[in-house]
Amino acid sequence: MRRSLLLSDFFRRFTRNRLALSGLVIILFFFFLSLFAGYISPHDPNEFDVRSIFSPPSRGHLMGTDELGRDVLSRMIYGARISLKVGFVAVGIAVLIGTCIGLSAGYFGGIIDTLLMRFVDIMLCFPAFFLILAVIAFLEPSIWNIMIVIGLTGWMGVARLVRAETLSLKSRDYVQAAKALGESDLKIMFRHILPNTLAPILVAATLGVAGAILTESALSFLGIGVQPPTPSWGNILTAGKDNIEFAWWLSLFPGLAILVTVLGYNLLGEGIRDSIDPRLK
Amino acid sequence: MSCRKDREDLVNDTISVERITCGFDVEGQKLYAVRDVTFSIRERETFALVGESGCGKTLTALSIMRLLPQPGGFIESGRIMFGERDLLSIDEKQMREVRGKEISMIFQEPMTSLNPVFTIGYQIAEVYTAHGVCGWREGMERAEDMLARVKIPDPGRRIRDYPHQLSGGMRQRVMIAMALALNPSLLIADEPTTALDVTVQAQILELIEEIKDAFGMTVLLITHDMGIVAEVAHRLAIMYLGKVVELGTVSDIFRDPLHPYTRGLLLSIPSLEREKKRLRPIPGIVPDLTSLPPGCPFYERCQERIPELCNIAFPETRDYGNGHLCACYWVERGGDR
Repeated sequence: MRRSLLLSDFFRRFTRNRLALSGLVIILFFFFLSLFAGYISPHDPNEFDVRSIFSPPSRGHLMGTDELGRDVLSRMIYGARISLKVGFVAVGIAVLIGTCIGLSAGYFGGIIDTLLMRFVDIMLCFPAFFLILAVIAFLEPSIWNIMIVIGLTGWMGVARLVRAETLSLKSRDYVQAAKALGESDLKIMFRHILPNTLAPILVAATLGVAGAILTESALSFLGIGVQPPTPSWGNILTAGKDNIEFAWWLSLFPGLAILVTVLGYNLLGEGIRDSIDPRLK
Repeated sequence: MSCRKDREDLVNDTISVERITCGFDVEGQKLYAVRDVTFSIRERETFALVGESGCGKTLTALSIMRLLPQPGGFIESGRIMFGERDLLSIDEKQMREVRGKEISMIFQEPMTSLNPVFTIGYQIAEVYTAHGVCGWREGMERAEDMLARVKIPDPGRRIRDYPHQLSGGMRQRVMIAMALALNPSLLIADEPTTALDVTVQAQILELIEEIKDAFGMTVLLITHDMGIVAEVAHRLAIMYLGKVVELGTVSDIFRDPLHPYTRGLLLSIPSLEREKKRLRPIPGIVPDLTSLPPGCPFYERCQERIPELCNIAFPETRDYGNGHLCACYWVERGGDR
């Protein structure tokens, strides 16, 4: 009981926050979908059915079919997988890079700090989306390349956040005490400073997932993201755009899915932030 | 004779700080917060560094640990002899071995000196693993022993507590346990009781005393509280604005204070025996480090100052018998005796 005081405090505040809870439910729902995509989806997402091209939502195809007669619901469920994967891997890369750079800049200070932070400023000057477009234009547009590029262009916020936290943490007495006990810089950075920055990192990461999912959808929509026939919410939308006059279901459902997922991550991120520290509002 | 006595003292010194000058580099301007400080601490002695805020006592201690605040902190000159070694000339890796293992430090703020995200058992055990003394399992067992030694009740359960579950006094005990984990020969206690309640203060001081005897340690106590000094220290040095103005045994200094500043300090603490109702504060304020006077730093506030002498150059430190050192022209000229 005593040991989990902080954690139980967090859960008490979190469960009281209805918006955050609904965010969590949304995310868990999509997690469930992508985990059991093979069992849930009513059809094979890549199965053609030339007899029912562009059939509107019906009992057989709950979200209708697309221009090749594929079941949109099944493609949506498999698309959730892509979105989640992109979101988590890209943010994972961003957090990894951002944390290392922010931690070194904040802890060592001086010339290292100046160099690293000016590099961050330079990176922030690039319009990220066009940078991604340019890189993808050179590379083969595979899902892995997209995740890596989104990660490589999205770490600056985390770096700034971690640096700021590190600056305030490194002057704490327990860091001084650890030094006085003869611990090495590396150990102090990763044992004493990093764990104390996890809360803001978690919040930034959750919000970052939403951004990464949006970016992937946008890239796929433009045709340089996830390549057909692999289903992704973005490339289902592309098909929807071409046929929007008569096949509204092709645009509506992926659009809604993106909206709801991004909303879910944002609500969760903000909920976590408020629950970790109620003063942070 | 005196030469021989000096040599005997040297043999028994745990640490001797010789003419340390250190300070900060603030935007290119060098501010010397500690100037020419010399003292040595004998084995198993409790030595107190006394002075008001900003007089350089903490900085002197941090120089010994080589942990001056960065960026900006620097040690300009001097030697710190610890056993056979000069702590200022060994490399950082060797110094890291000294910290915690041979010299430990406890800090003023027990509330913030422990990492909030780890259990106290983990943090004590880490001292062992960081120095490669033993592995995790044994480290945790030893941590439990240490908690018992610093008299924390029910150490088997407390070992899994987080810092926020402990009171200030308990946390200071944990800090002491961490500092003593590797049985260092010198413990630096930087105002260990300032942030605690008076009743808890007494307990912590008692604990430090006991542990000092049990472990055969030497203690450097930094404080501004003359009451504490009288209670636990053997010898003390009084610092004013980065200079040691008087040094001697507790009985010598309390019975026969020489320097006007020491006299002021002793008159400004409340006493049950003294008849006078009002305390006598020392008039004036401590001068700014950026505009240090050339002579005695206490000149502006001194009751006994000798114009055209005290404000020209800093007086030499002289021995007034029994190792009672004082740096003051007025005392040199006979004082009020």
